[in-house]
Amino acid sequence: MGKMKKKYESGESTQFMTRKQALRKLQLSLKMFRKLCILKGIYPREPKNRKKAQRGATDKKTLYLKKDVQFLLHEPIVWKLREHKVYLRKKGRAKALRDKVALKRVVDNKPMYKLDHIVKERYPTFIDAIRDLDDCLTLSFLFSTFPSLRFVPGSMSRLCRRLTVEFLHYVIESRALRKVFVSIKGYYYQAEIKGQTVTWIVPHNFGFQPQSPDEVDFRIMATFVEFYTTVLGFTNFRLFHSLNICYPPKLLTLRGSEELNATNQLHWDNEDDLVSERVAALNQSLLRSSDAPVEEQVPEMDEFPVTEDASKMEEMKREAERVKRLKNLFGGLKFFLSREVPRESLCFMIRAVGGQVSWDGNLFPGATFDESDDSITHQITDRNLDDKQHVSRYYIQPQWVFDCINARGLLPVDKYFPGAVLPPHLSPFQTEREGDYMPPEKRKFVDMEKGIVAPENAFEFDNEGAEGEQEEEEEDGDEDDMEEEEEDEEDENASDEDELLDEDERTIKELKKQMKVTKGEAEIVDELRKRDDETKEQWRLRTMMIKNKHKRLYRKMMDSRRKRRREADRLASKRLQIEESTSKKSKKTKTKSKVK
Amino acid sequence: MVKRKLNPVQVSLDEVASTSLKAHTTKASSKSEKLKPKAVIPSQAKNGKEQKEILKEVKSSAPRRSTRKANMKKVDEEPMDEHSKDEKSDEQSEDDSVLGTEEDEDAEVDGDSDETSEDEEEASDEEDDDDSKSDSDSDAEKSSEVDDEGIENDNPFEFSDMNEAISQKVEAPHPNPVNGNEYEEDSSDEEDIRNTVGNVPLNWYDEYPHIGYDLDGRKLIRPKQEDKLDEFLRRMEDPNFWRTVKDLQTGQNVVLSDKDLEFVKRIQSGKIPDANFENFAPWIDWFSSDVLDTPLRSMPPSKTSFLPSKIDKMKISKMVHAIKMGWMKPKPKPSTEPNFYMLWDSDDKSDEMRRVHDHIPAPKVRLPNNAESYNPPAEYLFDEKEMKDWESKDDEPWKRRYNFIPQKYKSLREVPAYDNYTKERFQRCLDLYICPRAKKMRLTIKAEDLVPQLPNPKDLQPFPTICSMIFKGHSQMVRSITLEPHGQFFASGSEDGTVKVWEIATGRCMKTFEFGCVIRWVEWCPNKSLSLLAVAADSDVMLINPGVGDKLIIEKTDLLLSETLDQGDYHPSERLKGAVQWEPVDEEKWAKGIRILIRHFKNVNQVTWHAKGDYFASVMTDGQNRSVLIHQLSSRRSQLPLNKSKGLIQCVLFHPIRPIFFIATQRHVRVYDLLKQEMIKKLISGAKWISSMSIHPGGDNVIVGTYDKKVMWFDLDLSTKPYQTLRFHGNAVRSVAFHKRYPLFASGSDDCNLIISHGMVYNDLLQNPLIVPVKKLRGHDKFSDFGILSIMFHNMQPWVFSSGADKTIRLYT
Repeated sequence: MGKMKKKYESGESTQFMTRKQALRKLQLSLKMFRKLCILKGIYPREPKNRKKAQRGATDKKTLYLKKDVQFLLHEPIVWKLREHKVYLRKKGRAKALRDKVALKRVVDNKPMYKLDHIVKERYPTFIDAIRDLDDCLTLSFLFSTFPSLRFVPGSMSRLCRRLTVEFLHYVIESRALRKVFVSIKGYYYQAEIKGQTVTWIVPHNFGFQPQSPDEVDFRIMATFVEFYTTVLGFTNFRLFHSLNICYPPKLLTLRGSEELNATNQLHWDNEDDLVSERVAALNQSLLRSSDAPVEEQVPEMDEFPVTEDASKMEEMKREAERVKRLKNLFGGLKFFLSREVPRESLCFMIRAVGGQVSWDGNLFPGATFDESDDSITHQITDRNLDDKQHVSRYYIQPQWVFDCINARGLLPVDKYFPGAVLPPHLSPFQTEREGDYMPPEKRKFVDMEKGIVAPENAFEFDNEGAEGEQEEEEEDGDEDDMEEEEEDEEDENASDEDELLDEDERTIKELKKQMKVTKGEAEIVDELRKRDDETKEQWRLRTMMIKNKHKRLYRKMMDSRRKRRREADRLASKRLQIEESTSKKSKKTKTKSKVK
Repeated sequence: MVKRKLNPVQVSLDEVASTSLKAHTTKASSKSEKLKPKAVIPSQAKNGKEQKEILKEVKSSAPRRSTRKANMKKVDEEPMDEHSKDEKSDEQSEDDSVLGTEEDEDAEVDGDSDETSEDEEEASDEEDDDDSKSDSDSDAEKSSEVDDEGIENDNPFEFSDMNEAISQKVEAPHPNPVNGNEYEEDSSDEEDIRNTVGNVPLNWYDEYPHIGYDLDGRKLIRPKQEDKLDEFLRRMEDPNFWRTVKDLQTGQNVVLSDKDLEFVKRIQSGKIPDANFENFAPWIDWFSSDVLDTPLRSMPPSKTSFLPSKIDKMKISKMVHAIKMGWMKPKPKPSTEPNFYMLWDSDDKSDEMRRVHDHIPAPKVRLPNNAESYNPPAEYLFDEKEMKDWESKDDEPWKRRYNFIPQKYKSLREVPAYDNYTKERFQRCLDLYICPRAKKMRLTIKAEDLVPQLPNPKDLQPFPTICSMIFKGHSQMVRSITLEPHGQFFASGSEDGTVKVWEIATGRCMKTFEFGCVIRWVEWCPNKSLSLLAVAADSDVMLINPGVGDKLIIEKTDLLLSETLDQGDYHPSERLKGAVQWEPVDEEKWAKGIRILIRHFKNVNQVTWHAKGDYFASVMTDGQNRSVLIHQLSSRRSQLPLNKSKGLIQCVLFHPIRPIFFIATQRHVRVYDLLKQEMIKKLISGAKWISSMSIHPGGDNVIVGTYDKKVMWFDLDLSTKPYQTLRFHGNAVRSVAFHKRYPLFASGSDDCNLIISHGMVYNDLLQNPLIVPVKKLRGHDKFSDFGILSIMFHNMQPWVFSSGADKTIRLYT
């Protein structure tokens, strides 16, 4: 007979450690442990069987993998953290004794640590680092707007600012921007870097809002930022070098500071300041280390194996073409930003898709041309126009830029004139599954992309820019609207019917639609309905035979599906209601105008 | 230490004073009379502090005198300790005696002291000169003696100087007190006449010619002892004798000056020795907290403070040199700017590094949808209802659809800052490092995949699909229906107390039998050669001849039943008798069609026939251990198969072929072998309450309907647990039935649904029965929570009958 097995001596119970045990093992305070976990990327794990993992305890504990804790044990930074503790004690003592000499000595010998090895450890490959860049960028962009706070030294926010601007420069130079979105929370950008999509949020440009300490602990965030700045720095370095751009960045045409001053009408005492400001202006190309052509990720199409699904291939090819078009979407266009529009985001976007941009030189350094320049094609403004207008350019609202990038084509400008009621700004990140609600605006666009509706009305590739044409466009727009409405109605009818039918009967319904074209008699419809009912009932009978084991899951899935459908119906009906009320109003106004 | 020194002095002074006073009572003025030794000692005891001050004064004013006093005390001390100290040297004792004699003599002298005082003073002047001369002579002699003793001194000059000094010393004790200040003659040299032996008992030096050493280390030669006679002479001659004290340390006589005396007097009277001292002078608080305009003590700064430090200068020059030579460099400041370099050699190749074990990357933040737009389509904005809903979920914000309120702005310029931005980022940080992570398998299957693939019902035809006939006629809910074995008629029993016989083909009600009580069950005798219908009405079971169909059979049946059987010596047990009684049928009842009447002791719930048509069983749910009865038609006898109560018995069933009897209790189905009279098995349904059951014509499969919505298929060969549990119904299942020919079974429920299923049983034992629901038939209406009460299949056709609480019977074909 074998040895008797004791409880909790093998298996899951030996794999985990509670946080308290981890603290004891590491001989660290909770604060230090927290910092270490953040820096090293250690997180608690959810065990498969909590009771076993907690050795019979039923309350919920924070469990770490034993191996993770052992991993922390070998981290050199642990010692640095302990030294830091000693440093703080010494500093406090010197301060209390007002021993300035000792204080200076202690402060000068402050223990510092580097996170380079941790970056390498957490991201063994460069791709890993890029894949995890989302949070890093979002937090860095937030911190770059911070003043110096209690736990956020000014140097940290300055570094964040520097690194984020560098990253933006990379996106501009590599034309990596794919999607943009203006949310009430901030600007969302999505770029494709080395085949990875990186999405980040930049808050709207406002001053720092004090946060209550109960809600936000800046110490924790600062620890994150400490690591993120290191990652971002190394990532920028490699990204810049992949484009043969000098790092740290320098401006392509480094003219004398006097000249710069003269053009900008702003005086800068420090040349470093000037250059960094100019770099932050994002409006000039950066100095390349060599003129060697950058290895570009170009002809992908030929490399695909032919064995793939033909339609898939087709789709990919089309997508690639669209991306290619996006990369030089604003090529040859010259934009001028009025002072009320968000300069940095617009400048970044326009340049990232190949446009030229400038602004009032008094406002911010880096302006490249003046408002009076005749070659300007678009002026982005967010105010009603005054009398002083240039005939040779479009005056548009900033949303046009966002929508163009998302549409990957130049949209007609007529809906975006200053003072016009803007078309809704839709999220490019929302992907509707079957049965989800799709706003009619988007449906129209999708249909257009699929080639159902001729794209002539939608895209406008020339910019001859005459008022007459604009009028025409307006008319076109009206027609569009009409069409849209009709379509909407159809959609809604369709969706109403959808409500009644199950999804797998869609195909039959389509068939029915086809049948509708030929004049059918009532009997035939009845026949169909009968068949419909039959299949439905058949289905229902089949669902009755689902195993008990799966019944719950099935019901859950169907519930969620039903919920989604209900949500879609809700939005659709709401839309219908709104449109009805607006149409009534417009009719009223029309009749009034006729009476007049 | 101070005190120890002082007290003796005081004492000695007292002593001196007292002696002198006694000696000069006559001469002493009123002042001297006040000086009483008594008053002194308590004052000393009282205020030692004052004494200290006094002595300080004394010391500061006359340092030399203090030493003298110190010396004096030694002499004067001894008389005080006289009684205690026995081992005194002879000399001292002599001294004592001398002193004692002195006192005596003083006392003697006292009487004429007044007269002599003036004379003495005059004489003393003259004598002083003589004394000095003689003293100097004697000194010279002494010095020579010193030489003789062997103290070698190289410098004769010094020695002579020393001699002079000593002579002066010797002179010093004899200044003329009349002349006034004794210190007028003092020079700095003179001060050094003091003994340096320190505070040691002087009798240590008794054996030596010297009594100590002066400041230069030379021996102090003990002055010549004057004998009693000399002393007496001096007392007589010397007017200052009373104020002369002997300094023991130097061995000199010291004459106290007037000032000294004054001090002594003041001390004795407990006053501050210095008469000029102002005891109650106004207090000046020099060291107050107030900052003065000018410094309190204006000490001039030292000269060094004006001069550059030489050491510093040297150090600096060294440093300057070191800097010039490049030996000394400023400490490099650690750069705060991070240093970035090429950390990764390639894009996707990784080095061998330790990593977090089994890393689970954090899920990305959910991307925004249309509602988050600054300018969303209008349908995404909240209407009033949604806004209310949002506000109502303040306590549980995770239940909200979005974590923000959708807003629409006319232009980008109007978009304000988002308040929760930092908070959301912080939440994300927390998620990243606190939130436990686990890998979760994601289901990629569709809901459709969960639905089993079943044969198409079309392929399983025939089965009833449509309601083709509705039989109406009952005025209450129809409890039970039963089919005639030929399949031409069927009978129905209702709560209105009637049993109706219907023709299926025409839908006509052929006959109606009224009983006036609730008909719970009707069951046609399966024997085709008999025309008998068993009816359970309250506590009676009646066999009636409905009188439909073949007339021959009807007549034959009547004939058969009209015979009265001779029961012979059959005596039913009391238990049976109490439960059931076969009653004779009278004419009236015969005319009604009743052929046999069996009275039970409780209400009968069910009657069921054996397939042969001879035996039939009745069930009384309330009958406890007599709830099941088996009756034999041919012998007109009854049996009680159960001895013990098995719980509430719901229904019973005969096996179609074998002598097996099924009894459904509340939860289980018990299977009995009638021949062996034992239980074969117990089918465990797992349901709460069985309502009905039916057996497959093959006899190996049983379906059981329960009040908890389930229909269970038992394969008797397979297990005692259900082979399949079907949850078709939304409400209690009241009735289940098998078709005799087709592989069909049906279940009727209170949700008014009649579900026809295909239930194929294969002859191959290895193959499990196939169960496919093929049709859901609706038609009955709900009536006070009851739906379908009873169902049955036609024996030949794929037709199904159902009777419902809505008083109708429906036929589906």
